[in-house]
Amino acid sequence: MNVTRRQFFRVCAAGLGGSSIAMMGFSPTAALAEVRAFKLARATETRNTCPYCSVSCGVLIYTTGDKSKNAHGSIIHIEGDPDNPVNRGTLCPKGAGLKDMIHSANRLKWPEVREAGTAEWKRISWSDAFDRIAKHMKADRDANFMAQNADGVTVNRWTSTGYLASSAAQNEVGYLTVKTLRALGITSLDTQARI
Amino acid sequence: MTNHWVDIKNADLVFVMGGNPAEAHPCGFKWVIEAKKTRKAKLVVVDPRFNRTASVADYYAPIRAGTDIAFLGGVIHYLLANDKLHHDYVKAYTNASFLVDPAFKFEDGIFSGYSEEKRSYGKDTWKYQLGEDGFAKVDDTLQDPQCVFQLMKAHYARYTPDVVSKITGTPKDAFLKVCEYIADTAAPNKTMTNLYALGWTEHSVGSQNIRCMAIIQLLLGNMGMAGGGINALRGHANVQGITDFALYAQNLPGYMGAPGDADKDLATYLEKRTPKALRPGQMNFPQNFPKWFVSLQKAWWGDAATKETDFAYAYLPKLAGASDTLSIFNAMFEGKINGFFCQGFNPLASVPNKRKVGDALAKLKYLVIMDPLATDTSEFWKPHGEFNEVDPGKIQTEVFRLPTSLFAENAGTFTNSGRVVQWRWKAAEAPGDSKDDTEILAALFLRLKDMYAKDGGAFPDPILKLTWAYTQPAKPSPEELLREINGKALADVLDPKDPTKVLAKAGEQLGTFAHLRDDGTTTCGNWIYCGVWSQAGNNSARRDNSDPSGLGQTLNWGFAWPVNRRILYNRASADLAGKPWDPKRTVLKWAGDKWVGNDVPDMRPDAKPEENVMPFIMNPEGVGRLFSRELMAEGPFPEHYEPFETPLDANPLHPKNPKATSNPAARVYKGDMEAFGKAKDFPYVATTYRLTEHFHYWTKQSLINAIMQPEQFVEIGEELAKEKGIVAGDKVKVRSNRGFIRAVAVVTKRIKALEVDGRKVHTVGIPIHFGFKGATKPGFLTNTLTPFVGDANVQTPEYKAFLVNIEKA
Repeated sequence: MNVTRRQFFRVCAAGLGGSSIAMMGFSPTAALAEVRAFKLARATETRNTCPYCSVSCGVLIYTTGDKSKNAHGSIIHIEGDPDNPVNRGTLCPKGAGLKDMIHSANRLKWPEVREAGTAEWKRISWSDAFDRIAKHMKADRDANFMAQNADGVTVNRWTSTGYLASSAAQNEVGYLTVKTLRALGITSLDTQARI
Repeated sequence: MTNHWVDIKNADLVFVMGGNPAEAHPCGFKWVIEAKKTRKAKLVVVDPRFNRTASVADYYAPIRAGTDIAFLGGVIHYLLANDKLHHDYVKAYTNASFLVDPAFKFEDGIFSGYSEEKRSYGKDTWKYQLGEDGFAKVDDTLQDPQCVFQLMKAHYARYTPDVVSKITGTPKDAFLKVCEYIADTAAPNKTMTNLYALGWTEHSVGSQNIRCMAIIQLLLGNMGMAGGGINALRGHANVQGITDFALYAQNLPGYMGAPGDADKDLATYLEKRTPKALRPGQMNFPQNFPKWFVSLQKAWWGDAATKETDFAYAYLPKLAGASDTLSIFNAMFEGKINGFFCQGFNPLASVPNKRKVGDALAKLKYLVIMDPLATDTSEFWKPHGEFNEVDPGKIQTEVFRLPTSLFAENAGTFTNSGRVVQWRWKAAEAPGDSKDDTEILAALFLRLKDMYAKDGGAFPDPILKLTWAYTQPAKPSPEELLREINGKALADVLDPKDPTKVLAKAGEQLGTFAHLRDDGTTTCGNWIYCGVWSQAGNNSARRDNSDPSGLGQTLNWGFAWPVNRRILYNRASADLAGKPWDPKRTVLKWAGDKWVGNDVPDMRPDAKPEENVMPFIMNPEGVGRLFSRELMAEGPFPEHYEPFETPLDANPLHPKNPKATSNPAARVYKGDMEAFGKAKDFPYVATTYRLTEHFHYWTKQSLINAIMQPEQFVEIGEELAKEKGIVAGDKVKVRSNRGFIRAVAVVTKRIKALEVDGRKVHTVGIPIHFGFKGATKPGFLTNTLTPFVGDANVQTPEYKAFLVNIEKA
């Protein structure tokens, strides 16, 4: 007997469990497999690293879709990477909640500015944000850059703009940050690693 | 970590002090359990709280927060007094036999050379006696009264079990029991691993806490051994990597000291940082400093960095003096900073004395937040009830908030605390208009470069000439950046022993920092990472977890710096002849013509044992330091000083010298000294800590974590609760001299009152994690309470020991 997917749902809804139907020889054909397919089976698995503590547990991230160019996947599940020699598939209460961090209601989605003396955020474009910040930086650097100290030693530093760097950023970000900041002459620089 | 996470399973004793890995690093802590199960290892915990690590320990001892040096100094005394030393190791592999300047003194809590006015030391006497050959003098019998061994013995003779107990509040029998466990590992084939975290670093004597353990591990011969070492557990997933890349002012990538005002030219700078060997025949690896530095300058300024331009030395800013989170916020507070960037960093929550930090931010002209989340700092100007009482109309700071991608939404490498660099892959796009940090940096940099090219301005050269050869200049890829970090040959690199042999051809990625040159023919963005992306490709992406030795080394998983070495100082795991101290856990051995084993040798591969090349190759001495010369701010031997807010009237070791009450070399700013509370007003010791369900101020934004731990609480012992009439669940107000917080009281048996110097001392435990932004119940920032003072060497704030009062709210 053939049962369509829709009929199958109706039968189930009438109070019979799927497995007992199968035992009675009342097995729907191909369509049933689709009903039972796990979302994970159609997701793409990506190896990544938990961003919390320095155990740096390996994680497997499951994203809907196949990462084709025009598809925007969403992260639907994260679990420990069983091949990782350190965590061997485990995650702690912090790491087990990673998905809620990614989908936090407090994720920022666009650039904003709070103008001097005002009490609210205002959405702005990236281009405006970059222009305004770069202008602030140049004005401050040109006004306060110190080429030589009182003893006439060349020091080429800019201390009046500071930077606190994330230790949750990857090495490549850290490297580009330090390279860029040193070129600008910034010395008021520190990281979470200290505190 | 000198060792790595999986290596913990090789220990005979796991000693945890200044950390709580069962809750803060649960998935790494499994290797402690593994050691207990498979090696019958013991776990010993010393902590102010009976925490969850203590709950599975073989032995637990309580301690008053901020007295670790008294405890560990007592351990050193116990080992010396009871002759529980690994004698051959101490004699050969440490500076025990080195002779110290006779003018070096320690009197009434102060070392020679102190200036009270400057709160710092002149260190002229903190040095070895040198012979005419320029090498340090030694006495192999260890009997000379000026040798390090005898000086150390005299220094710690004061740290008797009674004195230790009087200062720390640890019962004497408990202290002695811990000593016995530790002393057992003096046997050559027994090892202790030490696990610590912020419980040791977040003190005004943090660095010296760790120095104590370095001394203990050297006396026991546990450095370089599988299952040994000193292992900082560390915080964020890439806190190790970001430290390696020197996202702080004092260093350049790879721990190269950054130039300061005294380094007027390249020659002066290099000379000061290129040490000469202090004993004959030693590797003295930092002698290669010029190769690392010139290769970095070539990576950054390419053709502009030539011999003629002193490799663009002038392009590097010279450091004026202190530059760290506390000094930067102090300068901001004084109105000396106009612009500020917070990249994935929430200083209003995580820097001590929230009121001072908020007032400082309000003096900025512009503040730029780069973060995936809406942080408390980004809204420092916004009223959030009693949690953040401010008037936006009075705050003239322009605040930009730029959304960035987070770990799942970008690719690149994290370096774990075991120094293993692991590539991770991008799993999804970031929400909305978020951008990667690299795109934001590139956009700002390219705009500035355009403006300087068009309009000129202050010293444009280092900006205009910075190398930027990325395929998409506005979007440098992590692959390109990691290749740049690794470095390459600009001309053929020849073998100095046989110039007909080419080690690396021009244009090739380098395989090791041994191939770096100081003549401008190589580039390298961080010398300790050289090899991470060699000609073989991206070694951080390797995922072969095979472990032929069974020691957990997994040499083909990712890439460990340096040169894929998993255990530092591993030459010390074998005796002078090259025979492993414990053949069952062979890390390295001498095979007649070279060093072989289960790790990359931390030794010249063909250095014959009879050449006496000692294992601590980064030290000009060649050996480990029991006496740290002039390298620490407050003395060559760690000494106990009280926290800046102490429940006692004086340092029990120096009751008559007020200069020696707290760290005499710690920096205290004007106004902050006055903001320290006194025991008569704030009688209880407070210590901050972390919960297993939360990560810093980050997971309060994650719903499931907020459900698990929804609200701020403070933890007190039953006795204090009874005294103050507080029952579990009451709302309490906790005050320090800098502010107050309100929270729910949790009354437990985990924190007990201690008998200290003839009085009873109670401790209040205060979790961090909560704030006014997030999915958790809005609350006070814990750092409203903490003091604005740091460790004398690295300025890590004293979050772990201060004074409060508590009452029913």
